[in-house]
Amino acid sequence: MTALTNDHDTHDHDDHHHHEAEAADRYMFGFWLYVISDCLLFCTLFATYAVMSQNFAGGITPHELFDLNFVAVETALLLLSSFTFGMAMLGANEENMGRMKLWLKITALLGLGFLAMEIYEFVHFSHEGATPQTSGYWTAFYSLVATHGLHVTVGLVWMAILFVHFNRDGFSHENKIRLACLSLFWHFLDIIWICVFSFVYLRGAM
Amino acid sequence: MVQTDLIKDPHVLTGKLHWGVIPFHDPVVMPVMIAAILGGLFVVGFVTYKKLWGYLWDEWFTSVDHKKIGIMYCIVALIMLLRGFSDAILMRTHQALSTADEFGAGYLPPEHYDQIFTAHGVIMIFFVATPLMVGIMNVVMPLQIGARDVAFPFLNSLSFYLFLVGALLVNISLFVGEFAAVGWLAYTPLSGIDYSPGVGVDYWIWALQISGLGTTLTAVNFVATILKMRAPGMTLMKMPVFTWTTFCANGIALVIFPILTIAIAQLTLDRYFDFNFFTNDDGGNQMMWVNLIWAWGHPEVYFLVLPAFGMISEVTATFSRKRLFGYTSLVWATIVIMILSFLVWLHHFFTMGSGASVNAFFGIMTMIIGIPTGVKLYNWIFTMYKGRVELTASMWWVIAMLITFTIGGMTGVMLSIPANDFVLHNSMFVPAHFHNVIIGGAVYGYFAGFTYWFPKATGAKLNETLGKWSVALWFFGYFFAWLPLYYTGFDGMTRRLQYIDNPEWQMSMYIALIGVAMIAAGIGTQVVNIAWSLYKRNEPGYKDVTGDPWDGHTLEWFTASPPQFYNFGEEIQVSDRDPLLDMKQKGTAYKRPSKYGRIHMPKNTWAGPVLGMLTLPFGFGFVWHIWWMVFASLAAIIACWIKYNFERDKDYYVEVPEVERIEGEFLKSNEGREFYFEKHAKHYKKWNPSKENDSSVVAK
Amino acid sequence: MSSSEKTHGGQAHGSVKEYVVGLILSIVLTAIPFYLVMSGVASDTFTVIAIVVAAIAQVLVQMVFFLHMNGSSDQTWLTASAIYTVFILLFVIVGSLWIFEHLNHNMLMGH
Repeated sequence: MTALTNDHDTHDHDDHHHHEAEAADRYMFGFWLYVISDCLLFCTLFATYAVMSQNFAGGITPHELFDLNFVAVETALLLLSSFTFGMAMLGANEENMGRMKLWLKITALLGLGFLAMEIYEFVHFSHEGATPQTSGYWTAFYSLVATHGLHVTVGLVWMAILFVHFNRDGFSHENKIRLACLSLFWHFLDIIWICVFSFVYLRGAM
Repeated sequence: MVQTDLIKDPHVLTGKLHWGVIPFHDPVVMPVMIAAILGGLFVVGFVTYKKLWGYLWDEWFTSVDHKKIGIMYCIVALIMLLRGFSDAILMRTHQALSTADEFGAGYLPPEHYDQIFTAHGVIMIFFVATPLMVGIMNVVMPLQIGARDVAFPFLNSLSFYLFLVGALLVNISLFVGEFAAVGWLAYTPLSGIDYSPGVGVDYWIWALQISGLGTTLTAVNFVATILKMRAPGMTLMKMPVFTWTTFCANGIALVIFPILTIAIAQLTLDRYFDFNFFTNDDGGNQMMWVNLIWAWGHPEVYFLVLPAFGMISEVTATFSRKRLFGYTSLVWATIVIMILSFLVWLHHFFTMGSGASVNAFFGIMTMIIGIPTGVKLYNWIFTMYKGRVELTASMWWVIAMLITFTIGGMTGVMLSIPANDFVLHNSMFVPAHFHNVIIGGAVYGYFAGFTYWFPKATGAKLNETLGKWSVALWFFGYFFAWLPLYYTGFDGMTRRLQYIDNPEWQMSMYIALIGVAMIAAGIGTQVVNIAWSLYKRNEPGYKDVTGDPWDGHTLEWFTASPPQFYNFGEEIQVSDRDPLLDMKQKGTAYKRPSKYGRIHMPKNTWAGPVLGMLTLPFGFGFVWHIWWMVFASLAAIIACWIKYNFERDKDYYVEVPEVERIEGEFLKSNEGREFYFEKHAKHYKKWNPSKENDSSVVAK
Repeated sequence: MSSSEKTHGGQAHGSVKEYVVGLILSIVLTAIPFYLVMSGVASDTFTVIAIVVAAIAQVLVQMVFFLHMNGSSDQTWLTASAIYTVFILLFVIVGSLWIFEHLNHNMLMGH
């Protein structure tokens, strides 16, 4: 490979915009495909949970442990964070850095709050005698809920990295794609949580 | 003993590792190990002596060029084929000897024999069939759709290295420790920590987990490539059939590999942290493992075989000198197979006991999926009908495939009847059946495609005589090797037998041994063929001068061989299902366009090899419980990922004069060619109707 | 996906109103099943059906109001792939449940 130039400033603008639009479309679609594969990760975990939902092995049952008030607060935090991310996206569409960052920070705080509550809940359950090793049911419960929590953690780390990106390059083409992907990821996590609180917590508490 | 102490309480620095895990005393493994080390040293020495490291790093290891990545996939796949096939030879010789009176119980102890059949299955599916297919897809698919590269070139490179790490872990297990001895799908509870306390299953886990991640990324990449990067004018129903099958296969992989990822992660949690997914007690459910592994495993079979169908289609159409018969039905058959493949998985465990209604449903679905597969066979046969069939080596593979695969399909229908399956389950009949369809359907298809596209990737055609010899040896070798095993299976011989106490099966084992020797000769012929043809690559008869050695119909033949690094000098306007044939007939093929533009290309990157190879210490550390290695490599992976994330300057432009120079050379090599349809105008007019008679026009 | 729409010729994508409506609908659809379970006013069967219906409705609400999926022609592949995914999800989850229900029944495992 010879005779190549790295000079980005020499090529004409039409060319540039064409590439950018095409790249944004391609990256967003690729990330969407990743989200589909992630969906199937959760699908498998839900299937396992459903099959093992009665496998208590004589141990403690979810009915004795689940506190729906607590779960309602968790749900509220995550639902609100989905909304505030939407607000951040609106800020980004207007290229309003201050507004975008403010809403993103609120989103991150809500996410952290959710995560803190989840960790507290896990510790609490373990003290009550429900660890992943207790029975098939709790194995399935922890792996499903913690996988969601792990995704939220990744989302928060990603958010922190995005702050650095935005500080460095502002509303560059790449940063907008990154933000849009994270937005999709975050809304997706909220959708998964809808299934978690419905089929794990509400059903388990009945 | 030191060893048992380490299993209970791994050392901080070295985990469960100690000198005892290296099989110094093993008369089979040790020579192989010494040979591998010497061979490795020789290669390293040769590369160093020739000062090739810089070249390899710049042009190959860091390459994001789909063609080079494809070639690397194929090279690793062929090396792993030798490894996987030597396991087959060991099994066949062992079983032949273990029925003979004078030898007694063969020569492999049970724990070794069990590792061999496990390794054989894992290697052949994950590290031979999958990469050979992904390699060919990589080389061909972007060219067929007229693209410059795949949608995410860096991801493509990363996928390759993740696959490579999986293959390396399997090979390391041969020399350090042991491999799983639990069968290729590691059924629980046997693969649980209680029954398999050694590191074998852990090697299995991490090899499959890491390479499976690579396959998921490949699926994302290829689906996005096909949907977003086709040449203008190439609508879905104008895509070449191989691209269609690649699309459907990766659509399957996208949704099934996450199932495998989770199933393996669950087994990992069971083994490392005493979770209770698949344990005997504490509310575990072993059958859930079987359920999940087959919910992945059956669609996986179609993931492997659909692209082979695509390759068969391309080869048949080209060498019959006709357009493909029933393109639309073939595409729909592919889509139907893709959906139905998700609804048959229980036929692998009819005997579990989920009852008549469940078994009946999955049995019937299994029979139904045979219908679209049968449609395809007729498509190929009718493509040949009244064609001017040229019996090249690729075409020999096609014919071998049609015969072998049909027989395999029929034994499959036998097994799909639950009542039959209760008799034949776990017997030798089952391996005989799935080797019949995987070798007959997938592998012969890959070899047809490999022979067909070899000149495109390398610039040299394979030797036809040697190619035909390898088809003949494989074809007859297959039937010698497996027909006797169909019989013994029917006669009650279970699979995976280390010791055979029925002398009546002795003759069958001997015949099967002859078969495996013939296939070995067939593989040997292929290796010689590749080496010989590459050695002769610049001589007439081998060198592919025009980039279109077979007078093809599709766009991959519209570039040089090997293709220009940017694939196509111009953006191609597609207006026909066989775009190149269309251009040839209109007289627009291989003509200089009015104007060349600058070409936007991705730069090579260190990130693929570095990030990918860092998963090797990650997996190895997990296998041996060396936690500092796990955390260090995880930290390094995250750090490298972030560093790559913040890099700028990931692409460049190829300037017009450079494009003009390269394209000029390419067009010159195609000057004054007489195409097949010109030489045989009458045949073409009758069997390759031009636009006016096209069915899509008639439909209007 | 909101952002990909922008690349398709910069049409409007998402507004404060859209997000607020999505939020309110989500709150309502969350509150109903929580109320039913916590108060225990309805029969078990009714409650389970309500949970499932509310969950599906809320997933759809979020896909429309937060992810801006609308089935329009420039979202053909988003819609098609979403439908494909839903089918596979159903195959795996419903299939597994069905298989294991029959297995447990036949093997007399606690049912």
